[in-house]
This record gives sequence, C-alpha cells and structure tokens, in this order.
Amino acid sequence: MKQELKSTKFGKYGGQFVPEVLMPALEELTEQYEKYKDDPVFNKELEHYLRDFAGRPSPLYHAKRLSREYGIKIYLKREDLVHGGAHKLNNTLGQALLTRYMGKKRIIAETGAGQHGTACAMAGAAFGIKTEIYMGAKDTVRQRMNVYRMELMGAKVIPVKSGSQTLKDAINEAMRAWVSSVETTHYMIGSVVGPHPYPVMVRDFQSVIGKEVREQIMEKEGIFPDSIVACTGGGSNAMGIFYPFIEDDVDLFAVEAGGSGMKVTDKEALHSATLCAGEEGVLHGMHTKVLQNKYGQILESSSIAAGLDYAGVGPELAYLADIGRIKPRNSMDSEALGAFHDLCRFEGIIPALESSHALAYVKKAAATGELGDVVVINISGRGDKDLETVLGMGK
Amino acid sequence: MKIADKFNDLKKKKEGALIAYICAGDPTPEATKEYVTALVRGGVDVIELGLPFSDPVADGPTIQAGIERALNGGMTPDIYFKTVGSLRLHIPLVVMTYYNLIFKRGLEKFVKDCVASGISGIIVPDLPVEEVGELAGFCNQYDIDLIFLVAPTTTESRMKRILAEGRGFIYLVARLGVTGARSDIANSTRELIKRVKTTTPKAVGFGISNGRQAAEIIGAGADGVIVGSAFVDIIAGGKDAAGKLEALARELKEGVRDARG
Repeated sequence: MKQELKSTKFGKYGGQFVPEVLMPALEELTEQYEKYKDDPVFNKELEHYLRDFAGRPSPLYHAKRLSREYGIKIYLKREDLVHGGAHKLNNTLGQALLTRYMGKKRIIAETGAGQHGTACAMAGAAFGIKTEIYMGAKDTVRQRMNVYRMELMGAKVIPVKSGSQTLKDAINEAMRAWVSSVETTHYMIGSVVGPHPYPVMVRDFQSVIGKEVREQIMEKEGIFPDSIVACTGGGSNAMGIFYPFIEDDVDLFAVEAGGSGMKVTDKEALHSATLCAGEEGVLHGMHTKVLQNKYGQILESSSIAAGLDYAGVGPELAYLADIGRIKPRNSMDSEALGAFHDLCRFEGIIPALESSHALAYVKKAAATGELGDVVVINISGRGDKDLETVLGMGK
Repeated sequence: MKIADKFNDLKKKKEGALIAYICAGDPTPEATKEYVTALVRGGVDVIELGLPFSDPVADGPTIQAGIERALNGGMTPDIYFKTVGSLRLHIPLVVMTYYNLIFKRGLEKFVKDCVASGISGIIVPDLPVEEVGELAGFCNQYDIDLIFLVAPTTTESRMKRILAEGRGFIYLVARLGVTGARSDIANSTRELIKRVKTTTPKAVGFGISNGRQAAEIIGAGADGVIVGSAFVDIIAGGKDAAGKLEALARELKEGVRDARG
C-alpha cells in the first residue's frame, strides 16, 4: 500500500495536471527530492531544525478529564506545541531545506488560515530565503493576526482578490506566479495536494508526526491505538499521522468539515467534506475528489475553520478512502465549536478550530464503539488564531 | 474546416495565420455570436473559443475576468456547444478549456460534442503530454486535432514527445507567464520558434497585442500568431466592442499578411 516515488499516481488519483511551462520544474523537483530524501546529510540537517528550531518531538498526552467526559481513552498528539502553533512547520522546514539544496532563491506559497503561510515565513526567515505568500483577500481579514505574524518575519503577503478570495484562489494565484518565475523560485505547497511530487513529498515531511506516535504510544500503552482521528482539509496532518500506521491494524478516521450542513447549490457547498461528498475531478494539478457542479465547475466550499475550507483533497486520501483503508467522516461547524470549548475547559488546551473537528467526531462516535477503546487525536494546531471567530459565534 | 487545410491555404498565399481567442459567453452567450462574426469580418483565420472554467490557473487577470463574466452570464458546456453549432463558420474553430470540464462531461462525449458542433481542435492548457493518452485516443478516433503547448522551459526530451503528439498546430508560449498583453517581443520567443522543429504549423501566443508585434513573430519564422487578452480587453470595455474587435483583427491580419519571409 505504500507508494513509491517513481509513480505519479495513487491508483487512478494524483498525476500532474499543470501547464506545460511548469512540467520541467516538477521533473526537477521530483529528481531533487528523490536525490535528497534519503541523503544522510540532508536528513541530519532536517532533524536538527525539527528538534532545535521546531521543538520536536511533540508530546503525546493522555487527556484524562476529556477521556472521562467522552467515555473513551484519549491521547492527544500535541502538534499545537510545535513552533508556530501547528504541524505546518514540519513540511516547510523540509521544503525550505530542499529549496536551499536546489539552489533556488525565492519561496512562494499559498495559505488558507495563514498557518502554512506563517510556517513558510518562519522557515524562510530561518534559512534566509525571500518568501512571498498568496492569501485569499477574505482570509486576510478573517486571519489578520496571522498576516501580521508573517510580515513580522519578513514575508510579503499578497491578498488574492479573484474568485471566492479564499484558499482555492490563493492556490490558483500562487501557481500563476510560479509560472512566471519557475527557474528561480520554489513553490512551497502546504498540504498533500497539487501535482506530483507534492502529495508524496509533503506526506513524507509530515510523517514525522506518525513516526513519533508509534514510539510514544508503545511507551505508554505497549500496544498501538485502536484508532487515529485527524481533521482533513487538504489532508497533511491526517496523512502525516496516518501514513506510518498504514500497514497496521489501526482504524484511521479522516474528519472533514461538515460546515453548516451537507448541502450544495450550483455554485457553493455549505461544507468542505470532499471525501464524504465530492466526486472525481481534476483541480490544482491533481486527479482527486472535488466539490463540483454537474458541469465540473468547482464549488465554493465553506467551513468555520479556514484551514479545512477547500474544495479538493489530497489524492492519496481519495485513494485510501476508495479502497476502504481510511474512513471519511465529518463534523459540523457547531459540533466543532462544542468540542473546542470542551478541550479548553477539561484540559486547559485551546485547539485550532480545524483540530476541533477531529475532537467533535470522537465526542460523537465514542459511544458507538466505532473507535475502539484507545484513540489518538491529532491536535494539529492551537486555537489562538481562532479566538475572534469563536468570540463572534458565542457559546 | 480542418486546421491543416487552413494553414496550407495560407502557406500558398504566403500569409501568416491570425488566431483570435475570446471566451464564450463573455459577457453573454448572445454576444459571443456577434463578436465571433466581427472577428471573422476582420480577417481572423482561426477562432479559439474559450469554454469557461471556474479555476483557470493558466490565464492572467484579463482573461480570468472574461471567464468570470462568462460564468456570471450563465455560460455552460451545453450552451457552448449549442452556440458553436449555430455559428456555421467557414474557418476552423478550436475549443480551449480546462481538463475538469472535459473529464466531467466524459472524454468521449466531449469529443463527440465537439465534432457534432463543427469544432476542429481542442486545447487543454492543464493537460501535459504525460496525462493525455485517453483523450488523444478519442481525438484520433473522431478525427479532431488535439493541440499542445510548448514553453521556453520545455526540455528537449519533452519537446520531442509533444511534437510527436501535437496535431493541428503547435501552440508556442511566447514568454514565461500567463496570458496578458505585453509591449514587446522577447528574445526567448525567437529562440523558442527556432527550437520547435516540426512540419506542424507553429503559432505563437501570450502577450501579442498589435500588428507590429504580430509581423515580428511571423518574420521570426512562426506560421501564426495567437491573440487573446487584447481582444478580451475590448470586450471588457463594452462600448462598440464588435466594431473594435473587427478593427483590431484587421490591424493584426495586416501585420501577419506580408510578414512571411
């Protein structure tokens, strides 16, 4: 089931659906990634940054009070404690290092919630590489503190005013910017999406999460968990924690954003649950599941969590869902909000609204027995960035 | 009309080809008929009619805006084929669209709908030669040209593969970047024209907006020029768009008519 880099596909999903002008860059990136991914010098340097800069390994925490409340033994993988407050830095450190090894002088990236953009800005500053971040104009308003954080670290934030002014438009614009600067610039995609080799590369850089969980849970429980639950937008924190367990007897739950309901119109979806309700299509360089209308026009997705608000999903997740290896689920905005408050009150941890979707699903499903007795939840980020949103929603 | 026949005619007359892009349905499906007719009157040799997609990554701001107007105006693939079918042109028309619309309609159905409405060729800017197999099969089966793009960044090995697969004409992307009118012709464009060694006609696009540039491109060895953003800009302006489209087409056609060395 593990995917070799040689193939650009996961079953029928994946591939490279990009303008010709980008193809040589993808070929180069594939070649360079292949060259360095097992290189001891590259990996030693990456490990150094992950440990001393990012603060890894992140703890695996037994959340006793929440366990009692939800009626299932819960471990939290504390990616919220990684430098920057989310798992995103795992990937950007890897890609920034690769940028340096490739000799490229500039990084461009897209960001939704601003978590990936922030992680890019951090890596860009740490490595001394010029960094430009494309962000939907709507998101720059929703997440203005993240914009400020990026700017503080020297990154330039470019608001994208086309289309729905959210993540999907930021990706479109970043791809366009890459087209005109491909020889000197690395495009740092922030999730397990886009054309090959991104879904493989980002998954590999994020797999540090799952690798740590394997050791930590054996230390604490002496056995693997029955299930692992992670929120899923593009799917990088999910693939990062799932992938090292892919061949083990552990149930993997990908929890998508159910938004305000599982309904769609001709132009928009009230949710972002691509694995649950999407159809096969091609978007942002990949064949995957997408939210689209009957003609193939991409729908505007919706979620309380900007980081899950995306009409596509990583192609490997689409593949794993089709073959039944992962279980796609969803939590609605209101359920995520409830779980957000639970974790604040019972554990003294303020989770990101994205991660709150995973918590909310555990709250719902614990009683059904579907999750078994021991569950690991990936707390992919901290919720400081969401306080204004939560304040606006009331309790 | 077959694209090859058109280029052969022009070759005999020693003329360069003018290929004009506009987006179908910009700003309404009815306007498209009027605009295409105006372009034909102005002397355009091939019409490249965009079928609008919600996420056009290969297009710059001008054409993005045209696509957005078209989608807001209610253009759909069904209306597109109906509109094209009613045009009854005596020159070739090619469809330019993104792969998801083709994929969603079903590859074979899309190709059959193209043939039924008189379309001569298909351009898919987000479908590189690696992913083209199935669509190319249907295009061969139904005898319709699948047109490929090459860019200054295209490596020699890719170039070979693309030239072997390309039908109708080869679309040379003049500069790195997305579509949008620019002021002069870059050296990289001349180099690219030299690098594309094929008997298939070569048409250069991206950034051409006046007769002088068009003449320079033909003078540098291309068989045709593709102009998009400059026409879409006129449509965006609205007022007397048909008259202005015709006038610009005439200027560009003058530029390419006698420029062949």
